[in-house]
Amino acid sequence: MTVTPLGIPRRLLEFTLDGEPVRAPEGSTILDACRAAGKDIPTLCEGDTLTPKNACRVCVVEVEGSRTLVPACSRKAEPGMEVRTGTERARHSRKVVLELLASSVDLSTTPRATEWIEEYEAEPDRFGPDAARLGEEPRIDNDLYVRDYDKCILCYKCVDACGDQWQNTFAISVAGRGFDTRIAVEHDAPLTDSACVYCGNCIEVCPTGALSFKSEFDMRAAGTWDESGQSETTTVCAYCGVGCNLTLHVQDNEIVKVTSPHDNPVTHGNLCIKGRFGYQHVQNRD
Amino acid sequence: MDLHFGDSKPTDEERAAVDALLGPPESSWEGADRSDADLRWARGGREARDRRDLLLPGLHAVNDRVGWISEGALDYLCRRLTVPPAEAYGVATFYAMFSLRPRPATVLHVCTDLACTAAGASELCADVETRLAPESGVHVERSPCLGLCERAPAALVIRAGETARPAIEDEALSGPKGGSGGTAPGDGNGKGRRGRETMRCTAVCAPATPDTAIQTATAPETAPPEPPPTTAVPQAGHPALTLLHRIGTTDPTDLDDYRANGGYTALRRAFALGPAAVIREVTDSGLLGRGGAAFPTGRKWQATASQPDHPHYLVCNADESEPGTFKDRVLMEGDPFALVEAMTIAAYATGAHKGYLYLRGEYPRATARMEHAITQARARGLLGDDILGQGYAFDMEIRRGAGAYICGEETALFNSIEGYRGEPRTKPPFPVEKGLFGKPTAENNVETLINVLPVLTMGAQAYAAIGTERSTGPKLFCVSGSVARPGVYELPFGATLGELLHLAGVHGKLRAVLLGGAAGGFVRPDELDIPLTFEGTRAAGTTLGSGVVMAFDDTVPLPRLLLRIARFFRDESCGQCVPCRVGTVRQEEALHRIVDRTGAGAATDITLLREVGRAMRDASICGLGQTAWNAVESAIDRLGAYE
Repeated sequence: MTVTPLGIPRRLLEFTLDGEPVRAPEGSTILDACRAAGKDIPTLCEGDTLTPKNACRVCVVEVEGSRTLVPACSRKAEPGMEVRTGTERARHSRKVVLELLASSVDLSTTPRATEWIEEYEAEPDRFGPDAARLGEEPRIDNDLYVRDYDKCILCYKCVDACGDQWQNTFAISVAGRGFDTRIAVEHDAPLTDSACVYCGNCIEVCPTGALSFKSEFDMRAAGTWDESGQSETTTVCAYCGVGCNLTLHVQDNEIVKVTSPHDNPVTHGNLCIKGRFGYQHVQNRD
Repeated sequence: MDLHFGDSKPTDEERAAVDALLGPPESSWEGADRSDADLRWARGGREARDRRDLLLPGLHAVNDRVGWISEGALDYLCRRLTVPPAEAYGVATFYAMFSLRPRPATVLHVCTDLACTAAGASELCADVETRLAPESGVHVERSPCLGLCERAPAALVIRAGETARPAIEDEALSGPKGGSGGTAPGDGNGKGRRGRETMRCTAVCAPATPDTAIQTATAPETAPPEPPPTTAVPQAGHPALTLLHRIGTTDPTDLDDYRANGGYTALRRAFALGPAAVIREVTDSGLLGRGGAAFPTGRKWQATASQPDHPHYLVCNADESEPGTFKDRVLMEGDPFALVEAMTIAAYATGAHKGYLYLRGEYPRATARMEHAITQARARGLLGDDILGQGYAFDMEIRRGAGAYICGEETALFNSIEGYRGEPRTKPPFPVEKGLFGKPTAENNVETLINVLPVLTMGAQAYAAIGTERSTGPKLFCVSGSVARPGVYELPFGATLGELLHLAGVHGKLRAVLLGGAAGGFVRPDELDIPLTFEGTRAAGTTLGSGVVMAFDDTVPLPRLLLRIARFFRDESCGQCVPCRVGTVRQEEALHRIVDRTGAGAATDITLLREVGRAMRDASICGLGQTAWNAVESAIDRLGAYE
């Protein structure tokens, strides 16, 4: 049985969301309240297991009295606040942010990106054929996972997951400045020369598919990746006594990827190298 | 934290540079040779990690000595400070003054920003680059504004080498030599220099010609001394000056001279009043922050002082990098003790016992002067455990920036001091609540702090009588560009733009005036009656910013200036948020496309610029992205650029 600690009941505070009065538990963000109210705000850098970094600015909303737009993912709801999520001003910024991202980054494996680009009528092509792009090649330097930084939107989630928010390995960091900023290990060395422990917790939080299992990367390259044909089975890792939940993604009777449920109280979506990548023995049929 | 280090080893020189800052390593845990004792105890945990804020000084130490930061040097520094190498790499690559690739020991920074471009920096730069061949041992860097606009075009030479030349005391002043402030402590364990005998040296060459720039770069130790700070103050000696009155009349290296000219009367008054009354005086004076945001100083101090969390910190933002701004440099070079005194007062009022002066890395003379002033003040009991026998303890430390405009943003500056990448933090929480090291912090600009001295010596009422009702006191303006007498001018708030430009003497046919620097806006030559106050410029739809007033005649095409501004923001964006990281690039690309176009040919791109600019203004995390489109917008709307 999974026991979810409930904690001390939180006070509710009232504020206005798109003209409607809403109540949200103290300490929740505007985004929490929007989701509770059934409003769909796009998010990219926000992660359910991480502290919001609010770097992508795609979730911006208008708050009465604020000079600029505020990121819904990180701004805490305050009593009496007047929040508007669908104003022309907020939608304009979301549209431009999507255009800026799509014109510089490969969003082809970002869930919902196409849908949002359509919804906000973004035209990434308007910056012309010469618009600067990241222009990165996939880095294949180990057998477990691939870093395709052409798809990286610099959401900082992998760095936070590798660092003090989960793994405490600190193998990767944000390096460089401005448009030349990239995620890198020290001296931009291959992963095999770094502190990486191959827990794959960065893959778990990557919102764009820039970090992916080598198996997924190869299948995508071969055109055999078929998400709709995959089944997901959640089980318990057999390696040690911690009892991490594993979700095995299976396509054509082969495990192609391993994740962990983010609401699992043991893992919060995190695993170690054994649980994440040590599944080959399961399908060893010889 | 289980850190992983590579196999690269530091050279003796790199090791000595780091050890000179941090002292010799105590055990193999910190990078010394392994001994039996190391097997019996471990050093780690919070104590080892708490020195993270020495990362930036450590990177400076290596860069100052060798000229670049090698893998071995970075690894060694990380071992000494228990910092993950990947993070240190991220920090080192953030700053423009550091190189992680080998480069010559001498770097010649040639300013190509607005005032210098108007003075012919492009030709200077091209000429210098062709004449200084790779084998000359000089690396040429095109630099954003070096804060030497009154002597444009400017160049700065930084040569890495063993020990710092003692504080640059020129101008034949008879003050005591402040040698000790210039070098880091340590026993100079610099064995095995591998034959290089060069001394670390910096030199400013302004106004520069190709000949003088090359001469300075190849032999910086023989460069003629910089002219005294007085030359940047055309009004020097004028009896009506309040903030600049000591520049040119008082020896900036002599504490006694400072005291003989009114120094330390404000601090005595502060001690007589008590902290609460000092804050009341500052609040009543109506003093607004001079760094650009115009926040009421009294309110900031009150909010910091009333925080129950301790310790409190005082931070002085001297990372003056806004193109066209050089007032803080002139203040620190010309009247350094005044800043020490003002910081002491601010710390006393806000309950801080430790202050940081974050000083721009490209200001060697200001750094030397401030180091000297702090050493002198400490020796005389004006900093330390018992200031003026009042039982109040305060000391301050200089932290050098390393070439990042964004570190002038208040929270980015905290990250920079703490040894992280200089990226702005999300607000709230505000610095008064969670600032430096997560503690309540009052952060003020140099000019703001200097204003506290007259507030206390003349009293809040008399101070508030200067200027206008809503912008009180005197204000410094950095006038440059096509004027006969560029420099820092002090005028009471309320003087008009025309009056200021008249003092500076416009030459040529005035085409435009840039107010507030790259983050500010252009105004037309027929708008010279704009009152130079916070409310007056706001009413006119522009901004005062940090007090930049840059005049342009019609010799420099406006689109070229806009392109330079756009390149500045593109280079200086920290890269954290999408609107600024990509928006500044798209802005530069669009301006590049229309640099020679007008009218209908530019219309599509101007629409594009407006849309991107609006999103940058609305959705960027910090002021850099929010203002990155200001100047371009004003040029299009007010000056009719591209029409």
